[in-house]
Amino acid sequence: MTTETGVEARAGTRAGAAGTAMSTGRAGDRIFAGAARGSGITVLVIVAAIAAFLVWKAIPALRENEAGFLTTEEWNPNAQPPRFGIAQLAFGTALSSLLAMLMATPVAIGIALFISFYSPRRLASGLGYIVDLLAAVPSIVYGLWGLIFLAQHMDKVSGFLNAALGWFPLFGGDSPGKNSIFTGSVVLAIMILPIISSISREVFLQVPRPNIEAALALGATRWEMIRLSVLPYGRSGMIGASMLGLGRAMGETIAVAMVLTFVPGINWHILENGGSTFAANIANSFAEATETGRGALIASGLVLFVITLLVNMAARAVVARRKEFV
Amino acid sequence: MTTFSTTGEGASLTSVSLGRKVKDRSIQGLVYLAFALAVVPLVAVLWTVVVNGLERLDPTFFQFSMNAVSGSDPGGGAYHAIVGTLQQVAICSAIAVPLSILTAIYLVEYAGGGRLGKIISFTVDVMMGIPSIVAGLFVLALWLLTLGFDYSGLAGALSLTILMIPTVTRAAEEMLKLVPNDLREASYALGVPRWRTVCFVVLPTALTGMVTGVMLAVARVMGETAPLLLTIFFTKAINNDPFNGPQASLPTFIWEQAADPNQNSIDRAWTGALVLIGIIMLLNLVARLVARRTAAKSR
Repeated sequence: MTTETGVEARAGTRAGAAGTAMSTGRAGDRIFAGAARGSGITVLVIVAAIAAFLVWKAIPALRENEAGFLTTEEWNPNAQPPRFGIAQLAFGTALSSLLAMLMATPVAIGIALFISFYSPRRLASGLGYIVDLLAAVPSIVYGLWGLIFLAQHMDKVSGFLNAALGWFPLFGGDSPGKNSIFTGSVVLAIMILPIISSISREVFLQVPRPNIEAALALGATRWEMIRLSVLPYGRSGMIGASMLGLGRAMGETIAVAMVLTFVPGINWHILENGGSTFAANIANSFAEATETGRGALIASGLVLFVITLLVNMAARAVVARRKEFV
Repeated sequence: MTTFSTTGEGASLTSVSLGRKVKDRSIQGLVYLAFALAVVPLVAVLWTVVVNGLERLDPTFFQFSMNAVSGSDPGGGAYHAIVGTLQQVAICSAIAVPLSILTAIYLVEYAGGGRLGKIISFTVDVMMGIPSIVAGLFVLALWLLTLGFDYSGLAGALSLTILMIPTVTRAAEEMLKLVPNDLREASYALGVPRWRTVCFVVLPTALTGMVTGVMLAVARVMGETAPLLLTIFFTKAINNDPFNGPQASLPTFIWEQAADPNQNSIDRAWTGALVLIGIIMLLNLVARLVARRTAAKSR
């Protein structure tokens, strides 16, 4: 249907471009087409402007910076002379969102499998709606809940993990706390569950029916059917989905900003209080920022923008590659 | 799919071996567990918000601002925040919805696989992935630092616009693609010009779907906090003018109250969260109902 529209539309555009006196030469047509085209171009301009203005406003602060922007851990743009760097922020962002992705992906794929293959068919859309509700809860509410409710319970979990698995460097450290990267990534994992599971579900829906039926006809159990026909077909889609979740987790601000307690320095012990991310740092330090401070925050935002852009592009490329095989 | 019973007993030629059966069953258990794991946080979030939020869900909360109320005081309310949120979301929708729908119309009706269409479609994808805080930083860099305007509800609305455009565009695009081509051709055959075909044949057909998309986008944007922190700043007083001076909003109200360790403040934060979630869930519900009505009609 789409391609038909496309072909038809292209023919029309070409006729218009050639300037032939077809009926499309009417004023109303030209105005409307112009408005539609103009809106599209506006969207383009906005995205270009985002990149341009972030770069422009970041440069003065970066010039004044006395420390290496990429390698320094401290963040003191308001000091004289200003010294700031993104090493700790980049570390915290990467660690928390990777942990969130690792926790969320298996669960999200399980949810997608449950809704697509295990639940009674009549309930499927309702169950999907329940998962979508998770996405409707605003991040500020997750933050509040994470800070006041979840963090209290994570205290015991963190203590247990530290005691049982303390020999493993990530879970090590002397003082497991509740406002740690670990708690933050649990909140992030909950927040990215819906996007991963809804994209995985879409992919599962496209698995060719004959593949499923052939597997079952050969006597496969339900799990064998899924392993033989569904998972291989949906692999790139699931990878793309989890990468989109990763991108979402990296840009998430408020929930992380509320849960984490800022402690300076890179800390590999995810159970200890501390850590910060690009986005959380912007939200937390903006109110006290001087002019250089704002410039520095904009510079760190630019880095975040570029990283999420790359992750999302890669994810979409992976998802799109699957489409070519269909 | 569930009609294929793989564990039917007795009737099969050779029964499924125990190992395979155990594996199948244990995976089934894991999959059920995964779904339960998703429901637990949802229930926990909603439950804690409702229980803690009811504490301060009184008329005062909706009638008063936080002006001259300090963090440890009881009383005080979110009137200023609710007004701010409604105004900001209204301005944001007024800008984003027409722009997005026209963009979607361009992509579906006019672009026709051309290069500009592909670039715009790619741009919408890029916009979809922009972290909300970056949208706030952009408005800060352009509107506040370069053009020299003050913090205002309008600045907040502009940052929300950036987040709203891609979701509405994608939703509208999907809906326009669903309109059967026969309708367009029938209209052209009657000699109706293209723009009238789009406005009076294509758009009405796709309307309910678009309404659903817009409502879901509004619900999403309403809960955004990060960009507002950088653009509307904070105020405890009522500011009914979205074009001048700092404004409050429900999300930033919650952020502000939660930062204060007083129980009275925390209670206000929970009630703010309850009101916010209430509005968002209501919008979601109505959007689903609208969508369901169309689905039933088209069948």
